[in-house]
Amino acid sequence: MTSKACTHERIVSRGVISELRQVCASILCHTQQFEYSDDDLFAIHLAMEEAVVNAIKHGNKRDPARDIIIEYDLSPQKVDIRITDQGEGFDPSGLDDPRLGDNIYKPDGRGVLLIRSYMDSVEYNNVGNSVRMVKFNRKSA
Amino acid sequence: MEEVKPRISVYYAQNATVVTLADEKILDDEAIRALEDSIMPLIDGPVNLVIDFSNVNFLSSAVLGLLIRVCKRVNENKGRLKLCSIAPRIFDIFKITRLDEIFEIYPDVKKAMQTLK
Repeated sequence: MTSKACTHERIVSRGVISELRQVCASILCHTQQFEYSDDDLFAIHLAMEEAVVNAIKHGNKRDPARDIIIEYDLSPQKVDIRITDQGEGFDPSGLDDPRLGDNIYKPDGRGVLLIRSYMDSVEYNNVGNSVRMVKFNRKSA
Repeated sequence: MEEVKPRISVYYAQNATVVTLADEKILDDEAIRALEDSIMPLIDGPVNLVIDFSNVNFLSSAVLGLLIRVCKRVNENKGRLKLCSIAPRIFDIFKITRLDEIFEIYPDVKKAMQTLK
């Protein structure tokens, strides 16, 4: 029998991308049981990938000894994910818009834009080392 | 010994080099470095490069960075870059980042090649 209970978990992982991608794959797998659309699953996958890479590269400065915390609530109505690194944080309002002027020719700086575009709600904590992302299930609306 | 799967396949047609990305998902730094190492030697001169995304169903913003580096190299060498066969969900990423305004994107290889005649 397939369990469709809501899921809440808090996972502390080393800041190693291969290990964190396994956590993200597990979250996606759990989410699939709630019958989110393929577009929603794509969006959640992309947002998690960008957030995890930002946490490792910019937050933890690629130090594998620093942890990443992934906390999530999954339900048929919404996916709520918080990703926290052990870095000093940043001011998301201070980021350049990668779509404007010469920024469009820069090879990086698009991760936060994609997270904001693909998730329904995106909030950073005051320190700027933790992002909370929510995606609502359009099928359950 | 573990078999190393090629990241791209390459063929030469008319006046273009056509690179087909082999992976369905392109994420890792390692995969992106491998792609860059494979593509950059192909565009040392004034090459018309077509990149075929028909196998790709997921990519991250790091791949967009690679494409921008490839585009710069192609332009420096007086070549032209065309992208094609990008799945709708992937194309949305280009639209959101407005990279659809700086890359020439076509529905398939044939249409991309026609613009190089």
